[in-house]
Amino acid sequence: MPNNPYLPQVATVLEVIAETPDIKSFRLRLDDEAAHAALRFEPGQAGQLSLFGAGEATFAISSPPSRKEYLQFSVLRAGEVTTALHGLMPGDKVGVRAPLGNHFPYDDMKGKDIILVGGGIGMAPLRPLLLFMLDNRDDYGKISLLYGARSPGDLAYMGEIREWMARGDLSVTLTIDREVPEWPHEVGLVPQALDKLSPSPANAVAITCGPPGMIKYVLQTLKKLKFADGQIYTTLEKRMKCGVGICGRCNIGDKYVCIDGPVFTQAQLTGMLNEL
Amino acid sequence: MDAKFISRGQLPEWLRSLAARFAVLAPARAGSSVIYRPVDPEAPPRQPELAVKPTESAKRALFPLSEALLTFVKNQPDGKPGLELRETPPPRPCLVFGLPSCDARGFLVFDPVYAGSGTAGKFQDNYYLRRREQAVLIVKTCPRPLSTCFCNWVGGGPASTEGADVLATELKDGLVLEALTGKGARVLDSALLRPAADEQLTAAAQSRAASEAAMPPPVDISGCARALRGKFDSAGFWQGHSAGCLSCGACTCLCPTCYCFDLSDEERGSRGVRLRSWDSCMLPLFTQETGGHNPRAAKAARLRNRISHKFSFYPDLHPSLPGQDGHIACCGCGRCIRSCPSAVDIRRIVTEALGTAAEGAE
Repeated sequence: MPNNPYLPQVATVLEVIAETPDIKSFRLRLDDEAAHAALRFEPGQAGQLSLFGAGEATFAISSPPSRKEYLQFSVLRAGEVTTALHGLMPGDKVGVRAPLGNHFPYDDMKGKDIILVGGGIGMAPLRPLLLFMLDNRDDYGKISLLYGARSPGDLAYMGEIREWMARGDLSVTLTIDREVPEWPHEVGLVPQALDKLSPSPANAVAITCGPPGMIKYVLQTLKKLKFADGQIYTTLEKRMKCGVGICGRCNIGDKYVCIDGPVFTQAQLTGMLNEL
Repeated sequence: MDAKFISRGQLPEWLRSLAARFAVLAPARAGSSVIYRPVDPEAPPRQPELAVKPTESAKRALFPLSEALLTFVKNQPDGKPGLELRETPPPRPCLVFGLPSCDARGFLVFDPVYAGSGTAGKFQDNYYLRRREQAVLIVKTCPRPLSTCFCNWVGGGPASTEGADVLATELKDGLVLEALTGKGARVLDSALLRPAADEQLTAAAQSRAASEAAMPPPVDISGCARALRGKFDSAGFWQGHSAGCLSCGACTCLCPTCYCFDLSDEERGSRGVRLRSWDSCMLPLFTQETGGHNPRAAKAARLRNRISHKFSFYPDLHPSLPGQDGHIACCGCGRCIRSCPSAVDIRRIVTEALGTAAEGAE
């Protein structure tokens, strides 16, 4: 990050991937080649993406540090800035302030069974962690991914997910909210699918990200499955502006999600004030 | 350090002479309010308004209501996509004349946040820090407290010199100006000022003592950080105190220590600016997420955050001396009480949280 934390680095859109009707992934490269080469980030960290004129918004970095040629953000079209971002084409210029915040402590997870639980756009911060773990496969035990969305068309990264399903060293479960003809996978909400999968908490960690309602019930399910608070990681979403702990809006008590998070263990969240 | 005297008649001329070197702000009447106005060296000399405490705080001197952090140009001359970003050049050094001590102490709350200390981020905001480093603050001793003043509850006082470069004290025919810093001494180096006589210094000291004596004794609010943490989940407590709140944001706007901001873009054609503007945690959109969720949708949650931030979260992040409570992010100016359309009283909230309301304000 440059000396001025508000000054984005100029980047060019290399590729736009339409993941779902309302999620697009943007692969970017910083125009300053030396800055791009020097870019260091970790799975779970976030960045601020600017489309000047429309504004700036915060997104999880959805590409892993082990894939250096681009920086990827997956954007759900929901408000003004995200709608403007969805109009980006390859060659367009954006501003990037990244990386921001903390990351998933993948070193602490070594040797453990990994259960990733994602919902909708919540798959975006989990993707770099999963890819990082697959790139360092021997460091981890059993890896399971449970991913759900409203309908089959709302599942992001499907091209990749099909490849993951074909691999023998990763177990993938997909679920959709309501039944559709010829859907070969699970039907039902993510917490229900998790309950059905019933992963063992023995030497395991669970990492979850998704809409607030999903997270709430996933946490309840994990508790029921006897996961301890220290075995559960989540990454929080808050409205952010500065991203550097100054502008004052993403706090939970004296913690700022932009710099103290976005990754927290359930044990940390339990010790924090109740204002999610 | 130097002590000078300036007659009331020469004061406007001195301020005009300072305006050649600084962007000078001085209190001026604007209808029924007193606000900080730029001193125009070209305009006829005007006496600053010193009889009434300014309605607003002086924070705009170092934290403008709205400022361009960056300018951008989007398209190259050939029409291809481009993006050129430029940082706004540093502004002129600023001098504030006649701010009350609470306003100067307010900047002590900004300092660590904008210097990135006390948090995990360690990011420095040089837009603020540059202004801060160059600014000269001429604090004026408060002649008498208003019923809403409580600076002595939070470590201040009517003649506190914390954060100030010069302390000015009014006498009948002019002001005694005492330099507190090197920057302060340099602005007192003017042919319009003469050395203060011993009797003027004595009169100024007496005036300050009288101001201190006029303050009602402070209420002890030690332990407020903990007490407010204990009240966090008391929905009734916060609903009760916020019942009248109109979510107008007057409190945060007038507050010398409220430092939250928004970032937004304005453009015309392919050029524009990225603005940093004051924002308010009392407004519902402050924390409204695009996905629909809002962690502080209720005004009770917003008031809870504002008060807890000042008296609990901030002191926890910015401890003062070992064994003592941290730095309270309130300077006791009382403007939020005075200007609240529905009489929300920050003192009452803190004392009730502490269980000492009976001896608290009113």
